[in-house]
Amino acid sequence: MAKIATREAYGQVLAEFGEVYKDIVVLDADLSKSTRTEIFKKKFPERFFNIGIAEQDLMATAAGLATCGKIPFASTFAVFAAGRAYDQVRNSIGYPHLNVKIGASHAGVSIGEDGASHQMLEDIALMRVIPGMVVLSPADAASTYECVRLAIEHEGPVYIRLGRLGVEEIYKKGELKLTLGKGIVLQKGTDVGILATGLMVHEAIKAAKMLQDEGVSVYLVDMPCIKPIDVDLILDVAKETGCIVTAEEHNILGGFGSAVSEVLVQNYPVPVKMVGVNDEFGRSGKPEDVLKYYKLTAEEIVNKAKEVMKMKK
Amino acid sequence: MDKSKELELKKIATEIRKSIIIQTASAGSGHPGGSLSGVEILTYLYFVEMNIDPKNPKDPDRDRFVLSKGHASPLLYAVLAEKGFISKDELTGFRQIHSNLQGHPDMKKVPGVEMSTGSLGQGLSVANGMALAGKLDGKRYRVYVLLGDGEIQEGQIWEAAMTAAHYKLDNLTAFLDHNGLQIDGKITEVMSPEPVDEKFKAFGWHVIKIDGHDFNQIEKAVAEAKTIKGRPTIIIAETVKGKGVSFMENEAGWHGTAPNKEQAQKALEELQKQLESLEVQG
Repeated sequence: MAKIATREAYGQVLAEFGEVYKDIVVLDADLSKSTRTEIFKKKFPERFFNIGIAEQDLMATAAGLATCGKIPFASTFAVFAAGRAYDQVRNSIGYPHLNVKIGASHAGVSIGEDGASHQMLEDIALMRVIPGMVVLSPADAASTYECVRLAIEHEGPVYIRLGRLGVEEIYKKGELKLTLGKGIVLQKGTDVGILATGLMVHEAIKAAKMLQDEGVSVYLVDMPCIKPIDVDLILDVAKETGCIVTAEEHNILGGFGSAVSEVLVQNYPVPVKMVGVNDEFGRSGKPEDVLKYYKLTAEEIVNKAKEVMKMKK
Repeated sequence: MDKSKELELKKIATEIRKSIIIQTASAGSGHPGGSLSGVEILTYLYFVEMNIDPKNPKDPDRDRFVLSKGHASPLLYAVLAEKGFISKDELTGFRQIHSNLQGHPDMKKVPGVEMSTGSLGQGLSVANGMALAGKLDGKRYRVYVLLGDGEIQEGQIWEAAMTAAHYKLDNLTAFLDHNGLQIDGKITEVMSPEPVDEKFKAFGWHVIKIDGHDFNQIEKAVAEAKTIKGRPTIIIAETVKGKGVSFMENEAGWHGTAPNKEQAQKALEELQKQLESLEVQG
């Protein structure tokens, strides 16, 4: 099966929605070949603005366009979108709650060779603490399509986290229907819950199979919507299984696992183990080697599942 | 500009100066110095130039103004109150807990505020976005933005300066409130942005230099900017920080310090005298 990176899907989907939604404009910061917004640019050159290598200007220009009724998609690498332009995102987009969509590609260590300077592992933490910011993290092409649709239909700022690495299809486009703030139950189970987001959903699916081969019943959930988070579903998993593993391609501090834990400790505390990057920067290497180096693997999810099941009362 | 019109604008400007003093004094905080220096610019834009309607503050065809130097909020609030976007009674609530008049302008709370600002260096980019949208939609509105001369030390200003010229935003006019002072002292001593005219020229802008307290020069410059095609215009307005209040003029210390009761009273007396001498003239 052909693998499609979520950033590739993003570029295609923007061009597709651009037909329907005439107010969509796309801005990029000299990375349109990488974020794949060049697909939109070719189709709608008059609605595409290259801002050059100037991410602060990118975000605030998008804000200005949004005040005039446009639906700007500001696209660049996650490390620049959430990192370099944080103040612009906070003050010019988040605070005035403007209708800007941030397409942040190349998130996580799986970009590989470029190394730590470009491997964004803190963006979920940075973006989800901005009041009113929606944070989406699709796992495959169909999910990306749905996340972009949700972003367009939602009035307000949205951060969409995308990856560089080609990934297999989990869902069929047209069959998947996402709702803002809702997770996707891939299967129900009773021994352990695995909640994953983005690239790690693929590893979580493998991990669930491995655990089932050992007779473990897994409640498996894909969480493309990190904020608002699906409180009801998290609590259902906790009640059904009594223990949870989270998996994300992000620092475990402040990220997806933290978001899940915040829900649990305040409502229905159960033991949690987190798979993610353990408060480190990334490093160069082939994507699969880097993912293994940081234990962002199905094997690690299995290990953590076994550990957390032992912690159950 | 005929004399009677100029006189009328001067009176409005003096009322706005009084309001700046009243707001900052009742708040016990805020930024009087850089508010007072921009009074004539905003008075001209809001009372002569801009197509805006307090009854229809979201009219898609309206002209836009972005206060990039958001700390001059008392100036903006005073103008908006004088125009009828907000009630004058609100002004004494400035910076207080239940007021909509935040320390720096919040577009979600105050009608007529086009952009929430405060973190310096971002307003020019926002104005560019508004100007781009105008071009895209074939709208005839113009976008105005007021920059501080300390503010242009922010690198993003120069990113935005490139963008405005690159996209030929001739529907954008920037004002530089060139009062020469920032919190820590003279801009040339803290981190000189000079020569500002040459810099903007080099960035592809049409540059006009004026006395920022002279309504005739402001009017001429705004009219000239509208005739310039294919590039944005910046009007470098030479101004006096603290203008109109003798003990505040050219004092960096009045950047972010509010007058106490006695100081406010003295300032208001001075301004009242100015107003009375204007009344005598007509």
